[in-house]
Amino acid sequence: MGMTFAEKILAKYSGGKNVVPGQIVTVCPDYLLTHDNTAAIIQKIKNELDEYGVYSKSLPVIVLDHVIPAASEKTASNHKIIREFVRSYGIENFFDVGTGVCHQVMIEEGLALPGKLLLGSDSHTCSYGAVGAFSSGIDRTEAASLLLTGETWLKVPNSIKIILRGKLKPGVFAKDVVLYIIGDISASGANYCSVEFHGDVEQFSVDDRFTMANMGVEMGAKNTVFLVDEVTTNYLDSIGVPRSAYKPVYPDEDASYMQELEYDLSDIVPVVACPHTVDNVKPITEVEGLEIQQCLIGTCNNGRLSDLKIAADILRGKKINRNIRLLILPASRKIYEEALREGIIESLVKSGGILLPPGCGPCLGAHQGVLAPGERCLSTANRNFKGRMGCKEAEIYLASPATVAASAIHGKITDPRREMKK
Amino acid sequence: MKVWRYGDNINTDMLFPGKYTYTCSTPEEIKPHLLEDLDPHFAKNASREDIILAGKNFGCGSSREQPVLGLKAVGVKAVIAESFARIFYRSAINQGLILIECPDAVKAYSEGDDVVLDMDAGKIIVGGKPFSFPKLPKEILAIRNAGGLLAYTRSKLKNK
Repeated sequence: MGMTFAEKILAKYSGGKNVVPGQIVTVCPDYLLTHDNTAAIIQKIKNELDEYGVYSKSLPVIVLDHVIPAASEKTASNHKIIREFVRSYGIENFFDVGTGVCHQVMIEEGLALPGKLLLGSDSHTCSYGAVGAFSSGIDRTEAASLLLTGETWLKVPNSIKIILRGKLKPGVFAKDVVLYIIGDISASGANYCSVEFHGDVEQFSVDDRFTMANMGVEMGAKNTVFLVDEVTTNYLDSIGVPRSAYKPVYPDEDASYMQELEYDLSDIVPVVACPHTVDNVKPITEVEGLEIQQCLIGTCNNGRLSDLKIAADILRGKKINRNIRLLILPASRKIYEEALREGIIESLVKSGGILLPPGCGPCLGAHQGVLAPGERCLSTANRNFKGRMGCKEAEIYLASPATVAASAIHGKITDPRREMKK
Repeated sequence: MKVWRYGDNINTDMLFPGKYTYTCSTPEEIKPHLLEDLDPHFAKNASREDIILAGKNFGCGSSREQPVLGLKAVGVKAVIAESFARIFYRSAINQGLILIECPDAVKAYSEGDDVVLDMDAGKIIVGGKPFSFPKLPKEILAIRNAGGLLAYTRSKLKNK
């Protein structure tokens, strides 16, 4: 019997020839991602760090992105503790405030690569399947243990094959596709499973794949993956990763899947995930006209150059509605710089957008654009949980950058196809 | 012993709001905000040996571990749910919080029923009716028996 992507990776990393779903294996990941939570992680193991040191200086990747620049003395002190840890232990991969959202940094710095295994103390670590890596989220305690030992256990997951057929219609984007799928299979539809995307995926850029892989955890998946193809290798070429630096892993033809799902992309319309669960997905026609007060374009889900460009194309030469605050968050400094060069930032700002530094911004409700009771936000982020943006009496709706940009013009949820026709 | 009954998709923001993630990390800091946006009675009235019964996908969302640390600090005996989200499940193993996936036991519960847990026998008795749940794999039991992942890791480092 052949093996799925997850089975192949976990066999490779556990030194076994064959693994089967349900089996528990011990693995040493290539990288361990932590972010602002590194402060809490190292405080747990202060004595052990003094005694044993870190397992390896090249294992951790630390990115400050969650509350940046620091919003309080407490968060500033956390950042300081982390910088001191990086200095005293000689941690090789550290990215300070302003570099970008950790997941974007992992991919654009060429740390997440095809066939690699990465773990991170952030639920959206599953994003690196965008470039054919196996990646999954863990908690702080497990990250602490990994810092000391370099290894952990993983259960070999069952796999789900999602086959995408056909072509997307204009005005419909990767975000609509992944929200549509989550709406269909539910927020727990892929619990404990590895999700592989197959079919006509060459139309999806690495940016698009990132958006979809990033949402894997919102369907409960352990990891999500797009298998390496020309789109992947061209992207990695473009960021200067030599082809000798990675070896793609592919599932066998006769691999066994717990479930196979097929979607016709031409059936999908722009959608919105309504409060307060990501699987409460409705076609835009059902929610059009709903008044909103804040719009957010960015985060690790939709803050890439192509996302900002789609929004800028819709907003160029127009002003956003006077009742709207439009927050723009490039996912990294590199994206920010390129968007500046291409006039994308100018267009967004002239339309009324407010630029925030590359980071997580208001997505987790800690700062920068917290909502007030009774307000509604239309966001390109990946979660709409009650209280997520700092206020339990506010509502969060999730949609594509095109839908958010079109809606910012009108001050209410708007079908992006109306604005794109003009 | 009280039984707290909740529905499907109880996410990490309901269990512990994200706005406190980088300001509260000790059990004492976490406890007052536990389940703050879901059930304000919980933080005030929950006590040792209480049991949480929940629907599908309990603990979905963020990788933050404050929900598990908080429930453990309160002394919650177990969370019994129809299913759990995987990061939360791992996190509970790491902290030694007992999670039991047993949809039939959850569905059998009516308000006022006694819920008795017999870990050795792998049984939950709800309103007098027994339900079995499978034992954890030995690798996972080793972590729980060591008193959680950090204790397990410490002993591993010492024996190297």
